[in-house]
Amino acid sequence: MKQIDIVIIGGGPAGLAAAIAAHDAGVERILVLERDRELGGILNQCIHNGFGLQTFQEELTGPEYAQRYVDMVRERGIPCMLNTMVLDISPEKVVTAMNRKEGIFDVQAKAVVLAMGCRERSRGALNTPGFRPAGVYSAGTAQRLVNMEGYLPGRQVVILGSGDIGLIMARRMTLEGAKVQCVAEIMPYSGGLKRNIVQCLEDFGIPLLLSHTVVEIHGRERVTGVTIAEVDDSLHPVPGTEVFYPCDTLLLSVGLLPENELSRDLGVEISNVTGGPAVNEALETSVPGVFAAGNVLHVHDLVDYVSQEAAEAGRSAAAYVKQGTQGHRQEIPVSLSGGVRYTVPARIRPEAVQKELVIRFRVGSVMKNRFVSVYLDEERVIHRKRPVMAPGEMEQVRLKAEMLAGHPGLKRIAVCIEEA
Amino acid sequence: MEKRHLTCIRCPMGCQIEVTLDGGEVLSVQGNSCPRGELYARKEVTAPTRTVTSTVRVTGSTDASRTVSCKTAEDVPKEKVLDVVRELAGVTVSAPVRIGDVIVANAAGTGVNVVATKTVS
Amino acid sequence: MYDVVIIGGGVIGCAVARFLSAYEGRVCLVEREEDVCCGTSKANSGLIHAGFDAPAGSLMAHYNVRGSQMMPELAKELDIPFRRNGALVLCFEEAGRKTLDRLYENGQKNAVEGLEILTPEQVYALEPNVEQGVLAALYAPTAGIVCPFLMTIAFAENAAVNGVEFRLGTQVNGVTPLPGGGWTVQTRSGVLKTRSVVNAAGLYADLFHNMVSAKKLHITPRRGDYCLLDHTAKSLVERTIFQVPGKQGKGILVTPTIHENILLGPTAVAIDDREGTNTTAAGLEELLAKAGSTVRNIPTRQVITSFAGLRASEDGREFVIGEVEDAPGFYDCAGIESPGLSSAPAIGESLSADIARRLGLALKTDWVRQRKGILDPKKLSREERNELIRKQPAYGQVICRCEGVSEGEILDAIHRPLGARNFDAVKRRVRTGMGRCQAGFCSPRVIEILARELGVGMEEITKTGGNSRFIVGTAKDRYQGGIADEAD
Repeated sequence: MKQIDIVIIGGGPAGLAAAIAAHDAGVERILVLERDRELGGILNQCIHNGFGLQTFQEELTGPEYAQRYVDMVRERGIPCMLNTMVLDISPEKVVTAMNRKEGIFDVQAKAVVLAMGCRERSRGALNTPGFRPAGVYSAGTAQRLVNMEGYLPGRQVVILGSGDIGLIMARRMTLEGAKVQCVAEIMPYSGGLKRNIVQCLEDFGIPLLLSHTVVEIHGRERVTGVTIAEVDDSLHPVPGTEVFYPCDTLLLSVGLLPENELSRDLGVEISNVTGGPAVNEALETSVPGVFAAGNVLHVHDLVDYVSQEAAEAGRSAAAYVKQGTQGHRQEIPVSLSGGVRYTVPARIRPEAVQKELVIRFRVGSVMKNRFVSVYLDEERVIHRKRPVMAPGEMEQVRLKAEMLAGHPGLKRIAVCIEEA
Repeated sequence: MEKRHLTCIRCPMGCQIEVTLDGGEVLSVQGNSCPRGELYARKEVTAPTRTVTSTVRVTGSTDASRTVSCKTAEDVPKEKVLDVVRELAGVTVSAPVRIGDVIVANAAGTGVNVVATKTVS
Repeated sequence: MYDVVIIGGGVIGCAVARFLSAYEGRVCLVEREEDVCCGTSKANSGLIHAGFDAPAGSLMAHYNVRGSQMMPELAKELDIPFRRNGALVLCFEEAGRKTLDRLYENGQKNAVEGLEILTPEQVYALEPNVEQGVLAALYAPTAGIVCPFLMTIAFAENAAVNGVEFRLGTQVNGVTPLPGGGWTVQTRSGVLKTRSVVNAAGLYADLFHNMVSAKKLHITPRRGDYCLLDHTAKSLVERTIFQVPGKQGKGILVTPTIHENILLGPTAVAIDDREGTNTTAAGLEELLAKAGSTVRNIPTRQVITSFAGLRASEDGREFVIGEVEDAPGFYDCAGIESPGLSSAPAIGESLSADIARRLGLALKTDWVRQRKGILDPKKLSREERNELIRKQPAYGQVICRCEGVSEGEILDAIHRPLGARNFDAVKRRVRTGMGRCQAGFCSPRVIEILARELGVGMEEITKTGGNSRFIVGTAKDRYQGGIADEAD
């Protein structure tokens, strides 16, 4: 059996950044397994700009951002297998994969980085009533057809959900010659970035209908229209507000779900909130030596943060390979209050934090003029004002190692949103 | 005096900016977190611009790619966005294409080139 | 001149075709859609009922019990998955005990084997997730689950290999008697002459029957909404769980499927529209509530799709099977509602024997009774699978990641007898797009493979025939002329 130090599952932005960081931390035997025909993952179909301001201090398109990382992987000579599907990861870290050339094969890893990304919520998960015609696409599927294959999946479009992919596709479909009638969002606020509402909807006069949803899909063979209704505070459609929108296409941008089937089968503990593994400060899952980063861990808005997080996972995996497990240290669960839905990491070993620890989180509703606070035992060590926070935008705080060092025998770490 | 409220699109922070104008002249820009924001706001109220991203067809690719993605190398005037896309409609390039290769020079008379954003072998 | 023309490529039509193919004679099956199994047969509970429910002495009881007996052998012959998972009818109220006893006795009369009345303790030992408060339950160990798509497709493929001609995408507009005996069947693409007709037209069976007979039938479409849960929910129940039935049929059930999903449904709403397969908000709400009163802890977040099927319910609430009195040579298979799927093998067996006797068709000496299904590489040993990939690398390329379907299986689905011509036809054969992402990732790939293998453009590939195209043009084609700007 092939012996590898770190096997990385997924060659998208997370997998590539993890591979580079692990290599730079001194681990030579790394293998990236990618199921698609090229590296770069979903960035390849995100041809719009806006990537890389943090990482490269310039605004790149998705393929350009991906190419930078692909180049760094190539420079380091890190082996990547394409068109290769991972079928199983055993608790002993035997990774079983399959491709056309080698059939099914096993690789013995010392550490594994999970970087499988996420998938889109489908119509089925929404249980939207009506017929099941052609013309109902998740926004990402349409994005692939338009941007990578050059096809138009429809000419008259309604978009349900104001996630970023949906907003981006509103602009893409418009530019490529389709008429986008509206974007309906069931929540009273958008799920996407503000700037995408401006440059993808407002620029083209596409209405955003907040607190609206699709209540019926019409058309037997191909979509012929959808019925949109207002929803009340409990998100139930309000009778009498139904409006029929003729269209041949319904795009869904109603949320992303981390793809953790492999992780679950391996026995990794999964968070009910994020749908991703519950990890400690090293981004290590409940299975020692198995790390996770990127959208498989929790859904990100910005690839720059994915790259940062994944590099951390790569370094942690490298440290694990060199030093073995650090599992005997005590993990403190991060407690949440004031509307914080989750944090990554969910558990922290204070003495394992070097320099600083980035804690990423999301809030459960739109909040204005609040403070993000971090408590170590009873001491408030971070207290930062945030004018606006929304569920669609990931927040982060940086916990310094010296703050932790000042609390020997620490019992409690809390991340809270507090009133001004 | 006129006040305009904008959401900055230069980065994902989406700062809420207030621009004070007097007859087309920008008197002040407030609410931005960085110089890029100020630049954006000044342009947005006087001569708004956008980067255009799209695709063109590619032939002869070794990996059966059908399209190559592209962008305007710089921003173009907002009202020219559709003209640039329209000009790309008839364009087909042959592989190999490298990132940065010019796909269309001086697109829609804007003086800005459309360049490839993906390498296709 | 055909000996038999079968109208309808659902499970009944295909079962009749399969058993008829054992006899000499020219047989043709005509189906409106581009594939078999596109109507009621594709949207039902996928159950092989034990047979305790249908009234003793009815055709439903007879064919159901016989069909259930035939299934183990038939599943082997046709290489389709079938499992006797057993069924429980739960009684939560005192008043229901009588119904339970009546079902038990009815089942005895129908010669259903192994029926037992269970105590609550026995029920919870078998199915710990059943809702609290069960007073008693009827247990039917012979109840089973099957894949309705694969069963119908297997009948069809086996019939085709044995010489039955399939005319797909061919709608029948009329049936008229020929002077001197026999029938003409008018289709959209020409007229077929035949000695006999089998009316297996499902929801339209009354229309065809009424064209030839003075004794009219009337079919009401009865819609049933269903929800399907992901594999992650599969440990919820092992058996098919019913509640004591009401007037509207067997009620909302909770069952595992043969592919290890959990299925909830169906509702029962009489409608007018024979094509009304749209789910409704009220229906989905009702079925989730009722399923929740049967089984606890249903993980509704694991719902991956919902759909509706229509049962062809005849006013007599009984199967109408056999030669029509005032239309010699015209055979009905009408009013085939539940337990239609369970009864299909027995209806096929018995009706084909009647027709053969009547037409004097002899048994073939070279009938191929076995059919080999689409190779499922997941069932092979690692060595066998690697050998397969060495010979056919397409088996090493996963296309549908949720269901783990390789390109090799998709190629098999396209190139075998009655091969798939559209996305849903591939889906019904190999399960691409059946999983949790509901074709988000695999649909562009499957469309591409279909286009390549069928030698047509991607624009030509449909979801399920007709105008159900996925792609309506190419990017920016509107700016190149030919596409008129839409009037706003």
